[in-house]
Amino acid sequence: MNELLFLTWVRGTGLNIAVGIFLLGVLWRLFEIYSLGRKPDLSAPRHASGASGLHTVFRRSLPPPGMLKRSPVSYIGGYIFHVGLAIVVFLFAPHILLITNLIGLSWPGLPSQVVDLAAVVTMAAMVVVLVDRINKPVKRFLSTFEDWFTWAVTFLPVLTGWMAVQHLLLPYTMMLAVHILSVEILLVVLPFTKLFHAFTLVGSRWYNGRVNGHKGVPV
Amino acid sequence: MQGPLIETLVQQGVSRRTFLKYCATLASMMALPPAAGLAMAEAMAAAKRPSVIWLPFQECTGCTESITRSHSPTIEGMIFDMISLDYQETLMAAAGFQAEEARHNAMKENMGKYLLIIDGSIPLGVDGGYSCIGGRSNIDLLQEAAQGAAAIIAMGSCASYGGIPKANPNPTGAVSVSDLIKDKPIVNIPGCPPIPSVMTGVLAHYLTFGSLPELDDKGRPKAFYGETIHDRCYRRPFYDQGKFAKTFDDEGARQGWCLFELGCKGPVTYNACATVKWNGGTSWPVESGHGCLGCSEPDFWDAGSFYKPLSTPADPLKFVAAASVVGAVAGVAVSVANRAKKGAAKSAHETTTLADLEK
Repeated sequence: MNELLFLTWVRGTGLNIAVGIFLLGVLWRLFEIYSLGRKPDLSAPRHASGASGLHTVFRRSLPPPGMLKRSPVSYIGGYIFHVGLAIVVFLFAPHILLITNLIGLSWPGLPSQVVDLAAVVTMAAMVVVLVDRINKPVKRFLSTFEDWFTWAVTFLPVLTGWMAVQHLLLPYTMMLAVHILSVEILLVVLPFTKLFHAFTLVGSRWYNGRVNGHKGVPV
Repeated sequence: MQGPLIETLVQQGVSRRTFLKYCATLASMMALPPAAGLAMAEAMAAAKRPSVIWLPFQECTGCTESITRSHSPTIEGMIFDMISLDYQETLMAAAGFQAEEARHNAMKENMGKYLLIIDGSIPLGVDGGYSCIGGRSNIDLLQEAAQGAAAIIAMGSCASYGGIPKANPNPTGAVSVSDLIKDKPIVNIPGCPPIPSVMTGVLAHYLTFGSLPELDDKGRPKAFYGETIHDRCYRRPFYDQGKFAKTFDDEGARQGWCLFELGCKGPVTYNACATVKWNGGTSWPVESGHGCLGCSEPDFWDAGSFYKPLSTPADPLKFVAAASVVGAVAGVAVSVANRAKKGAAKSAHETTTLADLEK
């Protein structure tokens, strides 16, 4: 199989399989999680929970008092690479074209040089966050294989995409194919690892906020 | 400068200056140092016309059309005349046994020295019976002609990589020249058809240096196939700005915006169209408003639709519905199992009473 046919495979059969497993996994886990249910809380609410759920969704994205100073890398690095990923994934013209092709939605993109810069900043932030995880004994102790693995499968699509655009290491055709393959690996892995937070984040924060409001700790 | 070639050129009204300019252009096009232009001119002017045998196999004659038609009035065309083209079925006057004899004589007289040009793929199915010339199969002819060749030039995508005949499902079992011949230097000049200047450039290099130009990992001259169409495309700035033609006749198309969304394969195609252009530098596919098909890449026929952008799926996603149903069913099944477990635990729960504690 030559480079062009490899590229055609990842654009065709490979994508087909990856999107299939992704959808299967996402639906499976969402059904499983949300059908678990909770016992009805029979206690009288200490406080009308009100908008505690909604507030918590946003508040959990802000560092609690003092935490930013104690763990600046986690907060600032985390913010930078999440925003960077969003820019690279959703505002690069060829990516928008893919999304339009899949679901029909379309929006204007950013110039490729801006996306290029965002990719470099994203990778730098991810490397800093990784180094921090390695250097801090507590973080290192808490880290399992899944943490290293999910970092790698998130980092590789950005790296290979950037290298393809910059014509580094491999011919563009091959690098583009490797890039698409790395995204497919990410799609397959996402529903079954902690990366599933992309889907559960809002729901779990909402739940916690509501329960806390019910118990008398409104936010 | 003196020699057989320059004399013929002078007879045809080509001045020494024009010839030198041509050689300098050719040298710069092939990224050779400036002095190479003069060396090329001297070597080529003095060159004896090397014998060239051109064998057409499973092909459409497009490669020959490209070389002859677009170049007949140019100096490249004359240089091309200056080689001793001893066998070319489309161009030669001879036919039948006479033609075969010309080929045999050329091969015998120039044993080990002639250039062999092949266009078309070689079918291996039914013992090579899909394509025969003078009652002999292509593979038979190729193996015989390759033995005495100094080098082989595979003209066009079919000879280089199998081309259209090799496209899935490849009914004739077509293969490329390099699939069959392993012991001779081979230059691939892919393209459907290839650019005439690339062909003459390779010939000029051979006449000047007595060797073939530097090749890439797909056997193509690096000087011409070193960069992608996309990277040298004059529409590239529009790609970077995110300005794309959405249809072939919209405002973007009229403004000359990037054709990526219309399926242009420029980003993955290595060729010189964007710089050398076609028809004596008049235009080239992207300039005429159509995206690149990727015709100089191996298996470009099997690389999905010409009109689908590179960043979109090559085929429609087939497993989406099935995967969604299976995922939902699996989720529901697991939740039923979980609830059953919970229910069982609940019903198995025994209440502890005071009496139990006092036992």
